[in-house]
Order: sequence, then structure tokens, then C-alpha cells
Amino acid sequence: MLTTSPIERILRGLAITLVCLFFMFPIVWIFLMSFQTNETILRIPPSVVFAPTLDNYQALITGKLETAAGMLEINFMRNLGNSLFLSATSVAIGLLLGVPAAYAFARLKFKGSEDIAFTLLSFRFAPPLLVLLPLTIYFQQLGLANTYGGLIWVYQLIVLPLILWIVRGYFEDIPADIEYAYRIAGHDFWSTFRRIALPLAGPGIAAAGLLSFIFAWNNFVFALVLASADKQPVTVGALAFVTASGIQYGQVAAGIVLSIAPTFALALYAQRYLVEGLSLGAVKG
Amino acid sequence: MSDAMLRLVNVDKYYGPLDHGVAAVKNINLEVEKGEIIALLGSSGCGKTSTLRMVAGFEAVSRGKVFLSGREVQNLPPVKRNVAMAFEGYSLYPTVTVRDNIAFALKAARLPESEVTKRVAEVSEMLEITSILDRFPSSISGGQQQRASLARALIRDADLHLLDEPMGQLEPQLRTLLRGRIKYYIKERGLTAILVTHDQTEANALADRIAVMEGGVLQQYASPEEIKERPANLFTGTFVGEPPMNVFPASVTAAGGKLHIDLRGDTRGDLRAGLDLIYAESDFAQPVRERMLGKRDVVIGVRPYAVHRAAQGAAAQVVANQWLGDQSHIAASFAGKSIVLVEHDRAVLSEGETIAVEIRPNDLHVFDAETGMAMSHGQELA
Ligand SMILES: Nc1ncnc2c1ncn2[C@@H]1O[C@H](COP(=O)(O)OP(=O)(O)O)[C@@H](O)[C@H]1O
Ligand SMILES: [Mg+2]
Repeated sequence: MLTTSPIERILRGLAITLVCLFFMFPIVWIFLMSFQTNETILRIPPSVVFAPTLDNYQALITGKLETAAGMLEINFMRNLGNSLFLSATSVAIGLLLGVPAAYAFARLKFKGSEDIAFTLLSFRFAPPLLVLLPLTIYFQQLGLANTYGGLIWVYQLIVLPLILWIVRGYFEDIPADIEYAYRIAGHDFWSTFRRIALPLAGPGIAAAGLLSFIFAWNNFVFALVLASADKQPVTVGALAFVTASGIQYGQVAAGIVLSIAPTFALALYAQRYLVEGLSLGAVKG
Repeated sequence: MSDAMLRLVNVDKYYGPLDHGVAAVKNINLEVEKGEIIALLGSSGCGKTSTLRMVAGFEAVSRGKVFLSGREVQNLPPVKRNVAMAFEGYSLYPTVTVRDNIAFALKAARLPESEVTKRVAEVSEMLEITSILDRFPSSISGGQQQRASLARALIRDADLHLLDEPMGQLEPQLRTLLRGRIKYYIKERGLTAILVTHDQTEANALADRIAVMEGGVLQQYASPEEIKERPANLFTGTFVGEPPMNVFPASVTAAGGKLHIDLRGDTRGDLRAGLDLIYAESDFAQPVRERMLGKRDVVIGVRPYAVHRAAQGAAAQVVANQWLGDQSHIAASFAGKSIVLVEHDRAVLSEGETIAVEIRPNDLHVFDAETGMAMSHGQELA
């Protein structure tokens, strides 16, 4: 452990506090907002003193939104469920397809493998809006528009390149001779993949899974265009709070809190894996 | 067809495109009999590991054929070849203990638990790693990892055991001790092994035959004695043997019943004069003499222990004299070059002193200066 002078420690603490404040403030503010009514939120000057209310959450959970113009049905819990289902299924399928593919790209240097891998990555470069129009038309013709299957398919554009590239780097870092040692001891290619390569790349796979889950969860534009209300994830569903009679800030805030909670919890829980997985995968040993 | 355990037939290895990539192994032919230990000896980068990896199936054979117990295997995957290998970089499985690393293959082959335990105990006792069996590879030293990796290979009942520099990381005492034990272990079980090494002492101690490699080419494949006494070419002659063979470019002429071996000095233009070794024609068997006279340019080689001090002989000036505890190494300038003598007693000589050296006709190795191929060893044709 390096010794640090007290001044250095104080300065460092100050810097960390500043950074935390900067990044956490919006989240804290939204958290506070979610326990207020629209009136207290919009009063001038703003204040942190208020009588907390659970109305916003209640409205979201029961699906009954009270506005000045009357009662409004919303589908927030359904959206949350959709988000969970779409992200989890997409990541599961992404891992199922991406991990073996990553292994193949890492171990079997075939003609054009580099080009294929790069093409897959380049899906991430193109702005989604660019492909949306043709995609919408095709999906309508194929009957895939507004289906979970169609959405999950499109979500592969998000998760697959991510998984492929992170996990591939991880496989490449496993010395090939460890696998050879296993194969020469009487095991085939497939069981070497399962028994040696997979466990050794485990942290990288976990990191890639988590990261792509978060990316899938946060996706907005694909779901906005390709899904109607009952298939929409929270990111799109939150639009319902922009009503004819104004924006329901309290409910928006509560909705945000509920929708970031799962990814937030996941990220906190898996922080260690994420950092380890991502840095180990990126830095060649 | 012979019943050799391993047969390499005209094997080439190119990294990259055939004929244009890096040529790591060039046209190797090699046979290993069942129960034999052979050493692949050569300096770093000469293609030893590449050869082993082709036999194991990790590298494709660019050209040629590989036979294992009579089966043509160069297109078979490693799992179908039934060979065991100790890797240069150890390559232990990091997620399991040393014990499981060693036992892995036996368990996969569904040997009974008691048999596995017994064999692990045997091999780890032999290699002095009993105390670390329950540790993980990352927590043991390089030398211990190397022995674990060797144990993992030796424990198996494979047709062929490939050992790539299996003792490179060990301290000298342990290496000497294990050498004997490993040889006994292999011989007792009738295993067949190829040992890769750049250490000639190890090759001499362990191997029944040594394959000397250089630049991807097999230079000589023979018993340790044969390689010492009858090196096939200048490379083997100077590579094997410690200290190395003294060599001098020379030309041979006959006149008046005498054979003149004219050692040319090192420098062209001849500031430092060469030296004329004169022998009686009858000192050499007729065929040897004829062959020597038939070549204009030859290279004369003589082992350091075959250079003797004598009352009369060619003059040499002592440059250095080192007592190693069991032998003296004397370096002297001779025929415009330097010559090394080995004596078994402590030599009392000081720098600059002139000594007379004698080189007996039976100790001369004669090589063709052009091709480097051996022409004769003592009284025998090569
Ligand atoms: N994977 C590889 N790609 C390209 N060249 C290689 C590769 N492996 C080895 N070589 C080259 O082949 C030659 C022989 O290497 P190697 O068989 O490892 O020698 P040794 O084991 O005798 O030290 C060297 O010149 C080395 O640089
Ligand atoms: Mg090597």
C-alpha cells in the first residue's frame, strides 16, 4: 500500500465527492421527485422539504393515472415486464449464439474471419434510425412487426456484437496450449470448449452478458417503432406520462426509478465482475 | 514397413504459405523405435518445438507424412493420436489443483479411483511434488509447475510421450537427480519418449539416440557416442561436446613420404602465419589419406581432450588457464587461431608461456570445407 499524505487524502476525498455529486444529483433529484405531487414539484422556488406521498407509485402499480382531465389507464407494469422479458431473452439468445461464435473467431483463423467479425461490430456504428425504415417495412411484410420474436431479433443487433467482441478477446487471452493439453489427453474440440474454455472465460462472459443486458434494457428507438403498447418496454412506455393535460412529473420520476432499479441493482451486484471482466478482456496478458 | 513407434517421412513445416512462409522444419526423416528415448537437440529456434507439435497434431504438417504405430496420422486430430505431451510453457489447467491436473487424463479414461491415486502418488513422489498436490497452479513456482506438467504427461499410457524442455526451469542439483529418475521411470514402463532440449548433458544422459537439429534441418541422428566420435558434419562436431571441438581450415599435401596438413591462419593475407602439421604418410590408412588429398580445402577438427602437451610438437602460446576443480581448460593461440586443451590435472602454466602441443592422427576429424560434411574420423572414413 502506498502511503499518502493527509492533504492528498483530503483533496482526493473532495474530488470523489464532487464527481459523485455531479453524477448522482439527477438520480437523487428524480428519487425525491417520485415521492411528490406535481404541485410540490413545480412550486417556485423549489424546495427539498415536502410531505412524501406514495401516490405516484400507487398509480403506476395499479395502472390508474389521475390527471386534471380525468382518469387515464396506463400499462406501466406491463411495460416493465416487457423490458425484463425482452432484455433477458435477447441476452440469453445473444449468449447462446455469441459465445460459440466468439470462440470460433478466437480459435479458428479462417479466411475472412476478421472481416466477418468486423462487419458484426460495425452494426454498432450505424445509427439505428438508418435501418429502421427498411426494417419496419420488412417486418410488416414478414408479420414480425409488433411481436416479441421480431423485437428480440432486432435486439440481437445490440447485444450480439457486444457479446462477440468482449468474449472473443477473453477467449484469445486463454493460452491455446491449455486447451491443447486437454485435447491431447483424449477430449474433442467441443468438450474442450465446454470444460476448459468456457470456465476460463466465465468472468468475461458474465461481464458481456450484464453489459448487453443494460444496453438492451436502455434501448428506445427500435421498440418505439416496432412495437405497439402491449409489447413496449419501459423506455417507450414512459411516453404515456406526457398527457394532453400536461406532463405528470411525479409519475415520470417514479417510472424512472422503477425502470432503472433492476439495471442499477444488477450493476451494483456485478460491479466486480464487470470491472474484472472488461479490463481483463481488453488488456492482453 | 518397419514397426517403428514414430516415423516422420520428408516432413516440412512452414508457418504461413507453403514454400514462402517461415520454414521451421525442412524435410525431416526420423524413426523412433518402441521403448526408445530420443532427444531432439538444437539451439533455440531450430524447429524442435515445431516438430513435436506436428507429431502431437497442434500444428498442421505442411508436407510429408507422420506415422504413429504404423498409422498415418498427419490428418488426424490430437485426440485420435494417443500421445502425451509436456508443454514448454507448462499449460496447466488454472482452475483445478495440481493433483487434478495430473489425474485429469486418467479420470477421463475411466481408470478406477484406486489406480489413479496410486499412479499420482508414484509420479509425484518421483518428481518431488507430493507436497504441492493440493495447491493451485498459480500459487506454485515455475519449477514446480514444470514438474506438475511433466507429471501430467508421464502418468499417461500413451504410445508416445513428447517432452518439450521438461527440465529447463529446475535448479542443477534437482535436474541431475530427476534425470536419472525420469529415465528409470520411462524405461521401467517401456514408454517411448521424445525429449526436446538444448542441453547436451541432458540429451547424453537420457537419450538412446540424439537427433541434432539446426536451422530446421536434421543434422545427425545417432547414439550419443556415435555423435561424439563420428560427427556427421562440421555443425554437429562443433555443437556437441564441451568445450567445443577446435577447428582449423587447412589444405593437405603429400611430399616425400610425409603428409603436410597446412593449417591456414585466421587472417587472409597471412600476417599471422599458419602452421604445418607434418605426419608420416603411414600414420593414416590409405583410404583416409586418399580422401584427404582428393580435396583442396578441408577443415581439421580436434577435440580439446585430444590435444596433448608434449616434449616436442607445434608451438602454442598460453592465453588463459582455468582450473575448474576437476579439469584444466587451457586456451592458447595456435596456427593464427586459438586452441583449447583439456587436462585432468591442475596445469601449472602462466599466460604467455610457450607450450608444445601434439595432435595424434587418430584424433583428427576431417571435414569438407565446402559442404561441411565429415570425410574421415581418425583412421576411418566417414
Ligand atoms: N506460430 C508460429 N508462427 C510463425 N513462426 C513460428 C511459429 N512458431 C515458431 N515459429 C518459428 O519457427 C522456427 C522454429 O521454432 P520452434 O520450433 O519453436 O523452435 P525451438 O523449439 O527449437 O526453439 C523459429 O524461427 C520460430 O520463430
Ligand atoms: Mg522450443
